[in-house]
Amino acid sequence: MTLTMPKPDGEVLARRERIVAALRTIVPGEGVISTNREMKPFETDGLSAYRQTPMVVVLPETTKQVAEVLRYCHAEGIKVVPRGAGTSLSGGALPLEDGVLLGMAKFNKIREIDFANRVAVVEPGVTNLAVSTAVAHAGFYYAPDPSSQIACTIGGNVAENSGGVHCLKYGVTTNNILGCEIVLMSGEVLRLGGKHLDAAGYDLLGLITGSEGLLGVVTEVTVRLLKKAETQRAVLIGFPSSEDAGACVSAIIAAGIIPGGMEMMDRLAIHAAEEFAHCGYPLDVEALLIVEVDGPQVEVDHLIGRVEAIAKTCRAVSSEVSTSEEQRLLFWAGRKAAFPAVGRIADYFCTDGTIPRAKLPQVLAAMKQMSETYGLRVANVFHAGDGNLHPLILYDENKPGEMDKVEQFGAAILKLCVEVGGVLTGEHGVGVEKRDLMPVMFSEIDLAAQQRVKCAFDEKGLLNPGKVFPKLHRCAELGRMHVVGGKVPFPDIPRF
Amino acid sequence: MTDTLKPRDGKDVEEAVRFAIGNEKPLEVAGRGSKRRIGRPSQTDLTLDLSDLSGVTLYEPAELVLSAKAGTPLAEIEALLERNNQQLGFEPMDYGPVFGDKPGQGSIGGVVASNLSGPRRIKAGAARDHFLGVTAVTGRGETIKSGGRVVKNVTGYDLCKVLAGSWGTLAAMTDVTVKVLPKSETEATVVVSGLDDARAAEAMSAAIGSPHDVSAAAHLPDHVVSWFDGLPNAEAATVLRIEGFAPSIAHRKEALAGLMRPFGAVAILDPGESRALWRAVGEVRPFAVDAARDRPLWRISTAPGKGHEIANLITPAAQMFYDWAGGLVWVAMPSPDEPNAASIRRAVAEVGGHATLIRAPASVRAAVEVFEPEAAPIAALNRRVKDSFDPKGVLNPGRMWAGV
Repeated sequence: MTLTMPKPDGEVLARRERIVAALRTIVPGEGVISTNREMKPFETDGLSAYRQTPMVVVLPETTKQVAEVLRYCHAEGIKVVPRGAGTSLSGGALPLEDGVLLGMAKFNKIREIDFANRVAVVEPGVTNLAVSTAVAHAGFYYAPDPSSQIACTIGGNVAENSGGVHCLKYGVTTNNILGCEIVLMSGEVLRLGGKHLDAAGYDLLGLITGSEGLLGVVTEVTVRLLKKAETQRAVLIGFPSSEDAGACVSAIIAAGIIPGGMEMMDRLAIHAAEEFAHCGYPLDVEALLIVEVDGPQVEVDHLIGRVEAIAKTCRAVSSEVSTSEEQRLLFWAGRKAAFPAVGRIADYFCTDGTIPRAKLPQVLAAMKQMSETYGLRVANVFHAGDGNLHPLILYDENKPGEMDKVEQFGAAILKLCVEVGGVLTGEHGVGVEKRDLMPVMFSEIDLAAQQRVKCAFDEKGLLNPGKVFPKLHRCAELGRMHVVGGKVPFPDIPRF
Repeated sequence: MTDTLKPRDGKDVEEAVRFAIGNEKPLEVAGRGSKRRIGRPSQTDLTLDLSDLSGVTLYEPAELVLSAKAGTPLAEIEALLERNNQQLGFEPMDYGPVFGDKPGQGSIGGVVASNLSGPRRIKAGAARDHFLGVTAVTGRGETIKSGGRVVKNVTGYDLCKVLAGSWGTLAAMTDVTVKVLPKSETEATVVVSGLDDARAAEAMSAAIGSPHDVSAAAHLPDHVVSWFDGLPNAEAATVLRIEGFAPSIAHRKEALAGLMRPFGAVAILDPGESRALWRAVGEVRPFAVDAARDRPLWRISTAPGKGHEIANLITPAAQMFYDWAGGLVWVAMPSPDEPNAASIRRAVAEVGGHATLIRAPASVRAAVEVFEPEAAPIAALNRRVKDSFDPKGVLNPGRMWAGV
């Protein structure tokens, strides 16, 4: 695949040996990896179509080491790419040939669990699921639950503002973290927020969340813990068409019900998931909804009843309520395994737009059309409650030229998402994958405003360059101001 | 005498900001002006009044989304949502009464710019958590947009977050899009009487740490409790709200009352009483009444379990009550011209969090820090962020911190 990354700095590459030696003085022992063989596992992330061996891998263990590595690289003009567990689906952790890959995996401790204030203070290399597991004995959990939660880490979750299947009701990462320690490219260490609920001044924590590792390296995160609901039950509802399923989602929300999760799958995804996970999905429907409600038993029973009644009015052809915790988890097992399940049928390319929910029939119809045009099949899984679409484009990696078609198809879907009022990415991030599509959604002025924020954090542009922004600009150039103004504004209206 | 510019549309706003840049005439950015007395006093003699940018431009109840021009009265939006059985989930509090004004005077832009929230903060977040998209004119006189109209969106930096709570110092918002939520079918409030502040913190922690989905938790000590309506007696009241579907509330109010009985005598407020009580909490009633209105008012945000420790660290003549399960402390100082800033800053430094001097005479707000002074590297970063949006310092300069 073709991807233009920032031109490697030959001068930096020429100094490689000295740079590696200098880094070894900061992070001793096995914390610096410089042989090609050992660096192999770091050459790609969850977007495996792109690969690049980094100049060197550094695995620091302390904030001090992170700060020193960054301060050194800042002084020496060396690029740095931060990496969590490397599960990014948008290439956020794709290394640079002339860059240090800063792996945060050794930051794997939970520093504090504070039930009185309902927070945990964790290092960024702790996996998402490990946080929930560590507090499960007391009935608490950490709400965001991306499908990769067994592997992905909190630091990466902050960088990507990760969501999950329950974020309709419980929010995404940015709604569930209260504080962090972050090291800027200059090596400065900042502590933002804490155990209190809101920012003292500018919401820098909110700005960092979802910044894809371009603003700083997170070395500690304070996350909110929630008490588990008494009961959760899920209902599987089959529909004769995706339109009916979409209408049902709207009707449920219009009835004032915000389910804990509301997922939709189309026929191809249902069949793949059922074959893979044997989860009891109906195979004679065009669309399937999983609706989960949580709360006290009496509330769950009440809501399940209402959801089933609404589904009936939306032409549902089947409905099955989970009768045990095992069955509920089985319902989810199929959905959570949908990507690998589809992966058994063919190679697939997952994309990630969000659309206003009402546009679903229009987008699905257009996608069907495009599927024919490109000669590639699409399976759809969909966070239906919040409009986040994950079309999986099926292809054959061994067929020459097929990947180019896939990329074009994927881009066409995302452009359509923006056209109907949605966005390029709901939760996987821009990374390198959607970088060159940013102008579809943003003007030059919008992008310049974002890049000026980048300059405020990293004026040399050394942290994770080549991600998110299609064009790199120097901060000095971005800072210039050409204002044509000075005349009295709109003199034709009264001034007081 | 200050001059006022009243733009009719986004283009006018651009023009006004460019005028400000070209003539080095900084602007006071105001929506409907209901919160003008918060922050360091304005050092400008030109006001950018956005109140003519008014009207809801998109509302799709089934999509849980609403867009409005920034100057749209909040009251208009809330009435529209009410008619559709919806609400702003973050329950924005109303500063009007604190300043002796009628409630309901603010704009949606002002709500976002000050990152308002309310008692439901502990469950539903603040304006920032519901702020999906924005169009704004930066201090460079350029119109930018960020975010969108969908909840799930990680495309580009989340500029909405940094604009929320920036008090108009980074950009003048012209259009905002917010998430809306269904209104709860019903509610109830469980009242525990007679707890001291420390014990109340434990009770609130137990309540929030229960599966009963408490949507608001406040502690009203006995010296302020009489200002709140609907309470069973004049003892200190620890109040816990639950909201939701009727069968669920019927179950949860009993379960929560049962959980609270070991702490003290328990009563349950009906939906009408509950609503009246929480409205009073959201209007900071004890310090909004005539008798208290000249007292300097602090808003302290801290770890919920630490809120009550503030009381031991400041003058006993201060009055206070706690929202957000103890994490939000409203403190009124006894004498009009003495905010006791040093003792508040010391207390906050000790327990963690931050304090904002919400109400004090202009001369006082000019003399002491209104917002929490930040650590040097963060203050420097804030200045760089400000420069990135507003390099000439023409938007609300100095409202949050001198030089920003």
